[in-house]
Amino acid sequence: MTAVQVIFYLFSLVAILSSVFVVASPNPVRGALSLVLTFFAMSGIWLLLQAEFLALILVLVYVGAVMTLFLFVVMMLRVNVMSLRAGLVRYLPFAILLSLLIIGMMVIVVGPKQFGLTHLPLPPALAKDYNNLADLGNMLYTNYAYPFEIAAVLLLTAIIAAISLTHRKPHKRKIQNITKQIAVKRADRVKLVCMPSAKKINLVNKPSGAEQ
Amino acid sequence: MEGLLLIGGIIVKIIVIILVLLLSVAYITFIERKVIGYMQSRIGPNRIGLFGLLQPIADVIKLLNKEIIFPQASNRYLFVIAPIISLGTSLAAWAVIPFDKTAVLANINAGVLFILALSSLGVYGILIAGWASNSKYAMFGALRAAAQSISYEIAMGFALIGVMMAAGSLNFQTIVKAQAGGVWHWYWLPLLPLFIVYWIAGIAETNRAPFDVAEGESELVAGFHVEYSGMTFALFFLAEYANMVLISALLAVMFLGGWLSPFQGIPYLESVFAFVPGFVWLLVKLSFFLFCYLWFRATFPRYRYDQIMRLGWKVLLPVTIVWIGVIALAVQYHLAPWFT
Repeated sequence: MTAVQVIFYLFSLVAILSSVFVVASPNPVRGALSLVLTFFAMSGIWLLLQAEFLALILVLVYVGAVMTLFLFVVMMLRVNVMSLRAGLVRYLPFAILLSLLIIGMMVIVVGPKQFGLTHLPLPPALAKDYNNLADLGNMLYTNYAYPFEIAAVLLLTAIIAAISLTHRKPHKRKIQNITKQIAVKRADRVKLVCMPSAKKINLVNKPSGAEQ
Repeated sequence: MEGLLLIGGIIVKIIVIILVLLLSVAYITFIERKVIGYMQSRIGPNRIGLFGLLQPIADVIKLLNKEIIFPQASNRYLFVIAPIISLGTSLAAWAVIPFDKTAVLANINAGVLFILALSSLGVYGILIAGWASNSKYAMFGALRAAAQSISYEIAMGFALIGVMMAAGSLNFQTIVKAQAGGVWHWYWLPLLPLFIVYWIAGIAETNRAPFDVAEGESELVAGFHVEYSGMTFALFFLAEYANMVLISALLAVMFLGGWLSPFQGIPYLESVFAFVPGFVWLLVKLSFFLFCYLWFRATFPRYRYDQIMRLGWKVLLPVTIVWIGVIALAVQYHLAPWFT
């Protein structure tokens, strides 16, 4: 086995084990963390394919942003594990049937009959100074410019929709008006009360004079 | 054989980088106490060694000898893994920082992306630490850290997009070389708003004052690492300071010309200072940002949580978006003298 193969099997082993744990884990937080590990292992495999842009974007977007938000929510939930497991036996036959169907489909579609060196020749070895980033950029902005732009516009629409959904009227929340806060002058908030400081008691001459 | 030699060479380089980094981290803690001490009219540590110079060594020995306490209700494995993730990500990012013309561990094309990906991983150390501790304060600290890092990562990434567009590359070596030509050619000037945004976001990403709500000792005891003691706590401490040095190095590389000499293009001074190796310039620039970290800590009061969120989303983000447009125009029309 070459070094690359050793690394590949290592990463795929981690990916498979952690993805099994995502489903099997009784604790949702640990499940989410295993999913993070799965993404991480997959990005390692993509790096072996010299697809460094995709690998790093996978870590950046899924691990760095999406899963952090996921964990953020999951950590604050108190999920009752027992109630989640209640229907396990009842639904087990359907689950087994469905998974068998999916596995069967996968075997037919990506089985050895469609792939292998006889069907697909080995891709040519990439040059040492091959720049995956530059290649991807050239492709996206020339051949696939319109699909790329349309996807971007769709995402923008989704962002605007999400924001307008959360900002529907009536506003029942308390908001601080920052410009108002900043524009405050000292005179608006601080009132200087003029108070004479206590007078010195002159004990020598007239003991009662200072009090009046 | 050749492959083994190559791997051996890389490992030696890694060990050198990590040793220098850890040593500098130890002394940053000392300098921090000294600088803040003088800023507050105190002397700071001066008992151990000359001027207290052996103080960090004493601190390390003390931390190593302390017992590591595992809370009964904690999640043991995650509790141990969390500080390792924190330190690991902050050390791994150093692989792509160029120290000199040729001195860089991994001169990869996607260097900027690599840094972004790793800095986004760093928050997992904090999140896992907070959750695994099974403690209210640690949990609050972790949630705050997560929200803060997601918000500021976006501004940070947008600031980096400006740098990428200006240099036309994601490779740090190319970014440094694109700034050649003296102080006025460095990117701090054409990318001034992005420089400041990146600086602020960098401070927020490292959870330092005035953005240290994740620790917030006056409200959360010590935030996410409240349950950690001894060496596990020391790892978090190391990670925080290693991250500070990293952000300072990134600021120096992307906006202050990295290892380039500041006297480039000045007739007499250029030849006088030609003997100074590049990493010294990088060190000088990096030290400036590190000093500012300490200065800010001594100067600014902590932000309120909602103010942090407002600053990230409503101030920094729009600024970066506007300036990316400006930079796009400047690059398109080859604005002299930066983008010719």
